[in-house]
Amino acid sequence: MSGVLQSVRPSSLRPSLRHLTTVVFEGQRRRENLYFVVLAVVLLGLFPLALDNFHLNLIGKYLTYAFVSLGLVLCWGYGGILSLGQGVFFGLGGYCMAMFLKLEASDPASTSIQSTPGIPDFMDWNQLTSLPAIWVPFKSLFCTLIAIPLVPGLLALALGAAMFRRRVGGVYFAIITQALASILSILIIGRQGYTGGVNGITDLRTLLGWDIRSDSAKTILYYVNALLLLGAVALSFSILRSKLGRLLLAVRDREERVLFTGYDVAAIKTFVFVLAAVYSAIGGAMFTLQVGFMSPSFVGIVPSIEMVISAAVGGRGSLFGAIYGTLIVNAAKTFFSEGFPELWLFVIGALFIAVVMIFPNGLAGMDYARAARTVLGWFSKLGKMRDGGSGRPVVAVVAPVVPSQPRIKVEGQ
Amino acid sequence: MTPPAAEAFASESLLVTKGLSVSFDGFKAVDNLSFSVDSGEIRALIGPNGAGKTTLLDLISGKTAPTTGSVMFKNREITHLREYEIVRSGVGRKFQTPSVYESLTVFENFEMAFPDNRSCWSAWRFRRSDEVVAKVEQIAELTYLKDRLRDRAEILSHGEKQWLEIGALLIQNPELLMLDEPVAGMSPHEREATGELLLEIAKNRAVLVVEHDMDFVKNVAHVVTVLHQGRVLAEGSMDEIQRNPKVIEVYLGH
Repeated sequence: MSGVLQSVRPSSLRPSLRHLTTVVFEGQRRRENLYFVVLAVVLLGLFPLALDNFHLNLIGKYLTYAFVSLGLVLCWGYGGILSLGQGVFFGLGGYCMAMFLKLEASDPASTSIQSTPGIPDFMDWNQLTSLPAIWVPFKSLFCTLIAIPLVPGLLALALGAAMFRRRVGGVYFAIITQALASILSILIIGRQGYTGGVNGITDLRTLLGWDIRSDSAKTILYYVNALLLLGAVALSFSILRSKLGRLLLAVRDREERVLFTGYDVAAIKTFVFVLAAVYSAIGGAMFTLQVGFMSPSFVGIVPSIEMVISAAVGGRGSLFGAIYGTLIVNAAKTFFSEGFPELWLFVIGALFIAVVMIFPNGLAGMDYARAARTVLGWFSKLGKMRDGGSGRPVVAVVAPVVPSQPRIKVEGQ
Repeated sequence: MTPPAAEAFASESLLVTKGLSVSFDGFKAVDNLSFSVDSGEIRALIGPNGAGKTTLLDLISGKTAPTTGSVMFKNREITHLREYEIVRSGVGRKFQTPSVYESLTVFENFEMAFPDNRSCWSAWRFRRSDEVVAKVEQIAELTYLKDRLRDRAEILSHGEKQWLEIGALLIQNPELLMLDEPVAGMSPHEREATGELLLEIAKNRAVLVVEHDMDFVKNVAHVVTVLHQGRVLAEGSMDEIQRNPKVIEVYLGH
C-alpha cells in the first residue's frame, strides 16, 4: 500500500505526540525504575546483611569492575565503539589512588631504615634518592581526587579526538586500544622505580589516618562504592533516555546519516568514550581502596578483555545486565581460580564463544521465551520421531507455540 | 586571480564549483568540473554510470576531498570544511539508499534532524517543545507521513523511507538540497507524489537531484546537466538535452 493512500487515515483521535518515545517505552521505563530500586536494595541491604565481611569485600571488589562494564554498555552497546583497553583507565584511576595512599604510608618515621627515608620503599630499592616530580601532586588528597577522573579522561579525550576525527573506528579502534593496554602495562613494569614495577604499589594502610584495612573501614568503603555505582547507573539512564541516548544509537546504526544531519559525530563518540574512561577510573580507585593494592595485572590486555566479556555476558545493551554479568563472571573467576586455576582461561574462552554464537545480547537481552520454544520444538521433533513421523497429537499441541513472535512491539498499536 | 566576470557570476549563484577534480588511484572521477546552481532551481544531474554524479555530490557535501578546485556556497569557500560544518552552513544531502534510523519512530527521526541541540550537552538537556512538535507535524504533512509518526521507521515501505529522509532534510531547512536517486524503487504513484513534493520544496531553495528516470527528470527539472567521464557534456532544458547529438550518443541513445 502506498503512503499517499494511508494519509487519509484519521489521526485526531490519537494522544499527544509530546511524550512519545520508542527507545524507552513507557512500560520499559517503569520496569527500569523498579529494577533500579531492586538493585539498590540488593546492594545496600541484601548483600551487607547476608554476607560476612570477607565475602562482602569480595563483592565490593567485583562491583568496581561493574563501573567498567557500565562504561562499556554506553560506549560499546549504545555508541558502537568497542574498546579493548578499558583496563588502562581502570588502572590509571587505581594508580592515582594508590600513589596517594603509598605516600601516606611512606612517612619518614615508618621508612627510617631506608637510605632515603620519606619516599616509597620500592623507590629506595631502585636507588632513587628523591620523590619524582610526577608523584608530588599525589601528596594532596584533593589533587588525587581530581586526578582520578582527570588523567584517564584526558587520555581518552586525546585518543578519541585523534582517532574519531580521522574516522578510525570498528576493529581498528579496538586494536589500537588493545595496543594501548599492552603499552601501559609494559611501561609500568619497565619503570620500576617510578611505579613499583610488576609488583605494583602495595602495602597501603591509611587514608588521612583512617585505617582502610579494618573490617569497619571495608564495610564503609563497600557502601561508598555501591552508592557511587548507583549514581553512575542513574547518570547513565538519564543519558540513555535523553536525545543524547538516541543520538548514540543513531551513530551506532547510521553514522553517515548522523554526520550529514549536521552532528559532530567525532565529538559524540569522544564524549561517550571519555565517559566510559571516567567510570572505569572511579572503579579503579575504589578497587585500590578496597583491595589495598594496585598492580599492572589490572591494566593489560587480559583484564581488559575480561572486562569486555563480563559486559557481553550480562548484555551490552543493558545497564543492569552489565552489573550482574560482571558479578557472575567474576564470581566464576574466583571459583575456578581457587579450585582449578588452569581451567579459567578455557572457561572465559568458552564464555566468549557462547556470547558470540548463542546469546549475542547477553543474559539480559536473551529471548528466554524463544529459547523455551526452541527446546519445546526439539521435544516435538522427538515426539514426531517416536510417533513414526505421522505427526499426530503431540505435534498439534506444540506446533502453535513454535512460530516466533514479532521481535519488536510497536507502541500505540 | 579571479576575473571580475567570474566574481559577478559567483555572487549570483547559490552554489558554484570551479575546476573541481578528484582522482582515485589515477582514475579521474571528476575532471575540472565547473558549474553552478541558483536558488529556487531544480537541477537534474544525469549521465551514464561512472560519469561522476554521486562523486560530485560527495565533493560538495565534504564526504570526499577534491584533489584540486573549489566549492563555493553562498559566496563562501566550503571546500575543506568538515561534513557537519557544510551541513550547518545549509547543504542537505540524501543518500542513494534510504538512510533512516530504523529503531526510532518516524517522529523521532524527524526530531533528530532538528537543527538545534547538536552538542552532547544540549542533546542531553533537550526537552521536546511545542515548536518541535509543530514543525515535525508540518513536515510530516508535506511528506505524506502524517499518520505514520508513531510507527517505527523500519516498518515503512521503501518509498515512505525515501520521503522520511527527504522530510528529515527539510527540517534542517537547507538552502541547497541534494538528492541521490530519490525515486529509485518507487511506484509510479509515489513518483508522481515525489515530483509534487520537489516542486513544493524548491520554492525557496535549490534542489540538485541525481536521477536516471528521464520522465521524472522531464517533469521536475528546470535545468539538466549531463555528466560524462567526470566532465559537463551538456547543459540546458530537457528538450535541448534530448536533441543534443553528443548526449544521445553517450547516454540517451542506449
